[in-house]
Amino acid sequence: MKPHPWMANSGGTAKQEMLAALGASSVEALFAQIPEDHYMKGPLDLPPQLSSEVALARHLDDMMGRNTVFPAGSCFRGAGAWPHYVPAICDEVVGRYEWQTSVFGAPTSDHGRNQAWFEFTSQIGALVEMDFVGLPVYSWGCAVGHAVRMASRITGRRKVVVPQVMDPERRMVLETYCEPTEMARHIEIVTVALGPDGCVDRDDLRAKIEGAAALYIETPGYLGVIDADPGELCDIARAAGAEAIVGVDPLSLGLLEAPGAYGATIAVGPTQPLGVHMYAGGGVGGFIASPDEERYAREYNTLNVSISQTREAGEFGFGLALFHQSSYGMRDEGKDWTGNSVYLWALANAAYMSAMGPEGFAEVGRLIMARARAAAEALNALEGVSVDLTQPVFKEFVARFDKAVPQVNASLRAAGILGGKDLTGEPGIEGNAALFCVTEVHTQTDIDRLVQAVKEAIA
Amino acid sequence: MTAPIKDFAKRSNGYRAAKWSEPVVMQMTGTGRRGVVFEDAPAPALPGKSARKAAPALPEVTEHDALRHYLHLSQMTLGMMGISLFGTCTMKYNPRIGERASLDHLRGLHPLQEAETLQGVLEMYDNFSDFLCEVSGMDQFVFQAGGGADAAYTHACVTRAYHASRGELQQRDQIITTIQTHPCSPATANTAGFEVITLSLEENGYPSIEQLKSVVGPRTAALMVNNPDDMGIYNPDIKEWVRIVHEAGGLCFYDHANFNGVMTRLRARELGFDACMYMLHKTFGAPKGGGGPAVGAYGCAEHLVPFLPGPVVVKDGGSYRLDADRPQSIGRVREFWGNAPQVLKAYAWARAMGAEGLREAADISVLSNNYMDWRLAQVRGVSRSNPGIDAPRMEMTRHSVEQVTEETGCSIFDISMRMTDFGIDALWLSHEPFLVPEPFTPEAGELWSKEDIDYWIDVLEHVIGEAYADPEIVKTAPHNAAIHQLTSALDEPDVWATTWRAYERKHRKQMAAE
Amino acid sequence: MSRLGLIINPVAGLGGAMGRKGSDETDIAQRATAEGRVSQAPHRAARALAAFRAQSDAPVLAGPVLPDGDAAQAFGPGALTQTAKDTLATVQAMQGQVDLILFAGGDGTARDICAANETGIPILGIPSGVKMQSGVFARSPERAGRLSAAFLADPRRRTEMVEILDLDEAARRDGRLSAQLYTVARTALDRQGARQNPKAGSTDPVGDLDAALAAYVAEMEPDTLYILGPGTTMKALKDRLGGGSLLGVDLAEGGRLTGIDLDDTALLARVRGRRVRVVLTVVGGQGFLLGRGNQQISSQVLRAAGLPPIDVICGAEKLAGLTPQELTIDTGDPTLDGTLAGYWPVITGAGRKQVVRVVA
Repeated sequence: MKPHPWMANSGGTAKQEMLAALGASSVEALFAQIPEDHYMKGPLDLPPQLSSEVALARHLDDMMGRNTVFPAGSCFRGAGAWPHYVPAICDEVVGRYEWQTSVFGAPTSDHGRNQAWFEFTSQIGALVEMDFVGLPVYSWGCAVGHAVRMASRITGRRKVVVPQVMDPERRMVLETYCEPTEMARHIEIVTVALGPDGCVDRDDLRAKIEGAAALYIETPGYLGVIDADPGELCDIARAAGAEAIVGVDPLSLGLLEAPGAYGATIAVGPTQPLGVHMYAGGGVGGFIASPDEERYAREYNTLNVSISQTREAGEFGFGLALFHQSSYGMRDEGKDWTGNSVYLWALANAAYMSAMGPEGFAEVGRLIMARARAAAEALNALEGVSVDLTQPVFKEFVARFDKAVPQVNASLRAAGILGGKDLTGEPGIEGNAALFCVTEVHTQTDIDRLVQAVKEAIA
Repeated sequence: MTAPIKDFAKRSNGYRAAKWSEPVVMQMTGTGRRGVVFEDAPAPALPGKSARKAAPALPEVTEHDALRHYLHLSQMTLGMMGISLFGTCTMKYNPRIGERASLDHLRGLHPLQEAETLQGVLEMYDNFSDFLCEVSGMDQFVFQAGGGADAAYTHACVTRAYHASRGELQQRDQIITTIQTHPCSPATANTAGFEVITLSLEENGYPSIEQLKSVVGPRTAALMVNNPDDMGIYNPDIKEWVRIVHEAGGLCFYDHANFNGVMTRLRARELGFDACMYMLHKTFGAPKGGGGPAVGAYGCAEHLVPFLPGPVVVKDGGSYRLDADRPQSIGRVREFWGNAPQVLKAYAWARAMGAEGLREAADISVLSNNYMDWRLAQVRGVSRSNPGIDAPRMEMTRHSVEQVTEETGCSIFDISMRMTDFGIDALWLSHEPFLVPEPFTPEAGELWSKEDIDYWIDVLEHVIGEAYADPEIVKTAPHNAAIHQLTSALDEPDVWATTWRAYERKHRKQMAAE
Repeated sequence: MSRLGLIINPVAGLGGAMGRKGSDETDIAQRATAEGRVSQAPHRAARALAAFRAQSDAPVLAGPVLPDGDAAQAFGPGALTQTAKDTLATVQAMQGQVDLILFAGGDGTARDICAANETGIPILGIPSGVKMQSGVFARSPERAGRLSAAFLADPRRRTEMVEILDLDEAARRDGRLSAQLYTVARTALDRQGARQNPKAGSTDPVGDLDAALAAYVAEMEPDTLYILGPGTTMKALKDRLGGGSLLGVDLAEGGRLTGIDLDDTALLARVRGRRVRVVLTVVGGQGFLLGRGNQQISSQVLRAAGLPPIDVICGAEKLAGLTPQELTIDTGDPTLDGTLAGYWPVITGAGRKQVVRVVA
């Protein structure tokens, strides 16, 4: 075997030198702890080694070439991963070998990454207007799950109220976090109906919130609808002693009110829109924020980076706060877990938010809403398609078709367009429906092309 | 490469950390500058009270300033740029080819695309599942879990579904683990609603069969263990353990976090395990990102496949599809089907290694660790865990500087901090609770050269020498990093500030003074 | 300005070398002098002080005798009686003057200090005695010094409660080694490793134990008589049932306490014909489950109760500190001890147990 480019000691005399130092005749002798009958039966039958980078690159390119990549302006699908523009600096920032390859280090040795993390949490805090933000968790759905479990520990209750219409992916994650009903400590999930306006039905909520640990709502919701008064929902929840957890799209927060300003007690949301590619779903991440009160801060399962003074006057450092999550109050159950998450994406998020600034968020919000509205109106104008234009939406909206959505989408694919997500058969959805996503990447030309392709698809 | 320590004192060009005077980005406000602009669009009519009243307090910087700021911060991150033998994390080279391929091929893919448009990435998933099945003896791998702990959680959820399918979930409410198993196993088992029973170590360095038997019974849902442990001790009774737990009706999960030393020699399934987990961001060369995105590849034997989180990649003749119609599935532990870029990077790493490369890596990692043990044994005040066990350790060993601490007052924290002054990232000490006092746990792996390993030990030896000669220099370290030791009491509610907003509110007076 | 009080019991440890089981006899000093023996306490105190000095400039007030070498400020009574009175007088004089009392001695010294420590100044032991069953001793003189410095430097002054045990002199005269639980004291909380690295995962001994007690109380069976042992952990459990004794053995049934600080005779009378469970914690620093500090739960009581199930509640950190990793029972009834020995699941948190070997 040739010396391997990724293993220094596979070449030269290092192995012999180390064996000689140990006085060992062979490497095999060093595995003495493993009993003979534990060894694998028969050799590994694996595909041939591709240690040459040119051969490996060719193999990857050949295989991955079998994907169909829809160019940014041709992808109209969101629902948990959205086609947003990723500024070039974000890719450069996350590609830096220093922090891309690092493990945790110390606040002093890995200072730069810790500061960037603090800048992630600080900027999320500015967007949602909340003072305590943890490092990100695996995804929006996982953020919802952890937030609900936090609320359950805080209130000592075991019920959460969620909208009847919720992204099934997120809902399934939440179910996993709330445990099956056979488990003694499970959290019951109760749904609240949506009214004809696409928003949570206030009366139904009042009827169901009693005894709940939390209300979880989203604005914009799964189907894109903006609630006119999410603060009212939070008030109803808080009046019943429940936590008010609100899921938000951070890109909407240049225009839409910050959850911290209308009485949400925990805010969650996705981080992928903030400068991370979709990566076939590998770009997702989630944040959790709350007021900086001990009742919340001490229930975070996340790692929490705090700004700190150092031995040098006037110098900032950044270290872990609440690492032990000491909770001196009575807690009814064990904590969730902490582990690897999506901390590299937090660096892309930090760079994105700082480049955007307050005006960038407002500008992109206006652009997204204008483009989404234009697409919704144009689709609604087609015979055989309808969009409820009375519902104010942010970047996603529901289009109803006379024709089955898979057929429509197949025609769109043939035209090089990724159509909306098929909602047919999901809870609360009547007939053939698809969820379209229109963002700042879509030009009027792209929208025209979509509308033309839909027209042909339903003809 | 790093010049040998022997020359350090003589040379003026020893390691110095990059240091830029970077403000917190939140201080760069109110300038009227822009980093990204978009086309103008009319202000929309927003319903009711939904409009934002005050603009978010975000920085206002140019694109150049934003980029410079974050590149400066990246330069102030030591990580693997020096030498990091961070135990249990298996520090490897993260090949750039994987980075390029994932940007080129994956960034624009939507996870909800129809399978016919995802044939390349699904083929890669299927190939890699086959690869890991051959390595482990399992029947199917899934990549949904966003890290090793998430894979442990996946197992806890699969355990629930498996016993529920047999009508035994209410009866089987206990998961057994050991004190030397990673905390994610007990934590996730507990989150999943199980009672956790932790076994203690005994004289041989692992719990006895009698101890295991004392807790196995009709309430046993699963065993979750690693092997070897972080002290480098391999439990030779593990097959018997699995037999005992199976006999009682429980499942057995092998946390293969410490896989590097045993790969190509052991198959989890052949030892009897029902499921196992590999960390692609450790053992399989994908980058760690300072804490993800990561992948806990979860593999299981046929009888658990129906319970796997979906969707699962299925090969149908010459094409691939995502099977979401799985009535017994646990659903999702996370949205979609995993961190595809990390899976691709790990797949690329695995293919570049092949069977012979994996064997070579395992050999080198165990050889290098034993070489480190041999050299560390000659360093003043350093001792090895389980001193009564003479057998060579696996790919890492826990050591202690207790004697140095007793004699100089310099703790392992101090020593670790001082070592960063020589370009060595902070050491991995031990999981809590500390069973070994003043612990540290290096893992050489297959990446680092013998010169790197020698340099690392030379630095440790040098720093311990300093501890005896001039402990102050060790206790006040680092002296050569971007910043100095932190001094704030970050667990205090009136001190901690995880956002700039909180900092301004809590420390306004102090800011004014500066 | 923080100040450290340093108590050096000049006779600590002498009894051990003289074949005694302690150094508490009043004439021990005279006899040691006669035998030409010297206490190691001043020397061990000097080691601790050196470690302290390496990290702290705080003034040290020392008495009734001074440590070897170090220039600590002499404090306490000028004329020594060479008995425990010297220690008591020094501790009394230190009230309000120091922030932590570091002492070189054993269990007897710890008892004496607690008796005179009216304002409850935190105390920390430099291991120097013959008997060190109490939970107040650091593992070495150097650790005691370092922990003292860290404690004084930390504005939070974190403490924990530990049990002070000492040999039961009456039992000792009967030839049995048996320790009484005398009191509890505040000691400096050792948070070494508190913020090492996030990879270690999060542990929360206080919260875990608190949650364990809450869960335990929630699951107590209504018709069972619970024998609740002594100690700080058990006191926290008893507080959830409405009160109870710190140092004594109490009874609970139907969710409330029905007997407080009972001796073995009273327990014997109460357990007959009842379904019984025993709840214990690990008392002191030596890993004893039965026979040290809780002798009231005697072999006769256990037999009369039909060898009831015994639940143990103890923090994982405390278990990790045991060397070797085992707990000990010594009821004075070797047959019973042999029956009870084995692997016991110890409750370390809500929904968490750790199995520990229990030996006779």
